[in-house]
Amino acid sequence: MGTVNTIIAFVYLLAAVCFVAGLHLMNSPATARKGSPLSMWAMVAAIAATIAKMGYDDKTSTTAWIVLAAGALIGGVVGLWMARTVKMTAIPQLVSLFNAVGGGAAAVVAIADYVRLSGVSSSAITTRDAVSTVLDVIIGAVTFAGSLIAAGKLQGWITGQPVIFPGARILSGVLAICALGGSGYLLSGADNIPVLMVVLGAALIFGIAMVLPIGGADMPVVIALLNAFTGIAVAMAGFVINNSGLIIAGALVGASGGILTKLMADAMNRSILNIIVGGFGTGDSANVVVGAGGADIRQISAEDAAIQLAYATKVMVVPGYGLAAAQAQHEVRQLAEVLEARGIEVHFAIHPVAGRMPGHMNVLLAEVNVPYTELKEMDEANNEFPTVDVSLVVGANDVTNPAARRPNTPLSGMPILDVDRSHNIIVIKRSMGHGYAGIDNELYTDPKTGMFFADAKRGLAEIVAAVKTLVG
Amino acid sequence: MSAGLVSDISIFVLAILAGFEVISKVPSTLHTPLMSASNAIHGIVFVGAMVTASQAHSAVGYVLTFVASLFAAMNVAGGYAITDRMLQMFRKRPVPRTDAEPSEGN
Repeated sequence: MGTVNTIIAFVYLLAAVCFVAGLHLMNSPATARKGSPLSMWAMVAAIAATIAKMGYDDKTSTTAWIVLAAGALIGGVVGLWMARTVKMTAIPQLVSLFNAVGGGAAAVVAIADYVRLSGVSSSAITTRDAVSTVLDVIIGAVTFAGSLIAAGKLQGWITGQPVIFPGARILSGVLAICALGGSGYLLSGADNIPVLMVVLGAALIFGIAMVLPIGGADMPVVIALLNAFTGIAVAMAGFVINNSGLIIAGALVGASGGILTKLMADAMNRSILNIIVGGFGTGDSANVVVGAGGADIRQISAEDAAIQLAYATKVMVVPGYGLAAAQAQHEVRQLAEVLEARGIEVHFAIHPVAGRMPGHMNVLLAEVNVPYTELKEMDEANNEFPTVDVSLVVGANDVTNPAARRPNTPLSGMPILDVDRSHNIIVIKRSMGHGYAGIDNELYTDPKTGMFFADAKRGLAEIVAAVKTLVG
Repeated sequence: MSAGLVSDISIFVLAILAGFEVISKVPSTLHTPLMSASNAIHGIVFVGAMVTASQAHSAVGYVLTFVASLFAAMNVAGGYAITDRMLQMFRKRPVPRTDAEPSEGN
């Protein structure tokens, strides 16, 4: 190893250390803001070191420099523009898009390496190259196509409903055989670019077929899983080009995505396999079983809700994705402010799957300047509920259903927010429609619960106005 | 199996373990910024695109270099920008409000 290569290797190591340290700083919201710049400068150092090495080796053709710079410029500007302009409600699709391009780039790196080596001579491709190339191409392509579909679903370009077509299983089987057969052929030592393209095509179609049948409410799991895939694809690219920087960074992302996938699946009380097999529920259920005046529910008005809230000492807001769908974040913050001005303690209880990606609801509330100290995680919130005077449920359903604590219901075993343990409950909801699990929410028929039928945004605005009139 | 491959696999496995250890301590409040940050970190694939460029000497090589560079640059630039934007929102006390804005349309 020459001096230059040694220095470069140490720069990669330093970058890897900074990536880990940057992630470590995310242990608390207070330090998290320092983590991102640290990680970013590490990335800049790794890229600068690579530029230096390319200059030193002096093997890069002028055309390649130009093409590289053009791609970097266009990609960088587009990426920056998207990141600056995207709305916080649309973060999941953007993250999904970045997963797609990351996985795609990893696959392309492997393909380019394979094409180059097979141009040299077929014996230039070692088993290591063949194995890592095939893995990289398969995982990268599945991630690329799957993430684009996921982004399309989140953006509403593709229906959020599970798309199921006859013969889907057979198609998946055929694709798997193509991919495995092709891979086996390539691993046996044959070097054949068309076969690699077949594997690539099968993996792309497989990625599409994998994500299409998955419903909108399962997106937190899907995005986390695709994030893990991207990390592994990048690590495989590291094996292809013998670069420890890519291997370490990819492995970190793989671990992070893996943990989040598991956490999300647990919070939904479903196995990862069950979600991937898919074709189950959407969460955005439109089955309007027009509520109001139902059997034993207690309906209340904005004024009733205002009285309960204005004379409480401790209020817990329970927001769900419905809040974000109605764009009611500003209204909920206004309500919290009005109540806090009266000396009332206001907190937000956030279920892990509230939103379209892990932790999404926290970002949406942080965006409207709700201090993170008021955001309570599930366990913390559940300790508080017995001392809460009024819980205000907005746009959340299944995650508050006490039926989950009993055996033999579709929700059994799912971790929930113990809203029913607070002294009083107000639910803002458009109708008595069911949630994702398709069962009645026993919280609504609890004698302590008042149902306020309204759109989240308008309902909250009415309550804010009523509180203001009430207390002058 | 070469010594190089064995040590690469060791690095890979140890990095996964380090990742598990660090990331399992992140509170769920920060899961979105975490995912976005890890998203930015896999932008290191841009280094891969650069290696591809350094070995490209044919039309196919140049096209693949361009695609890899475009994708990876989008990933790395966008990833860090969005992570930073999100983390700026996580404050203990609200910043003084310029409260003329809730005009976000839809």
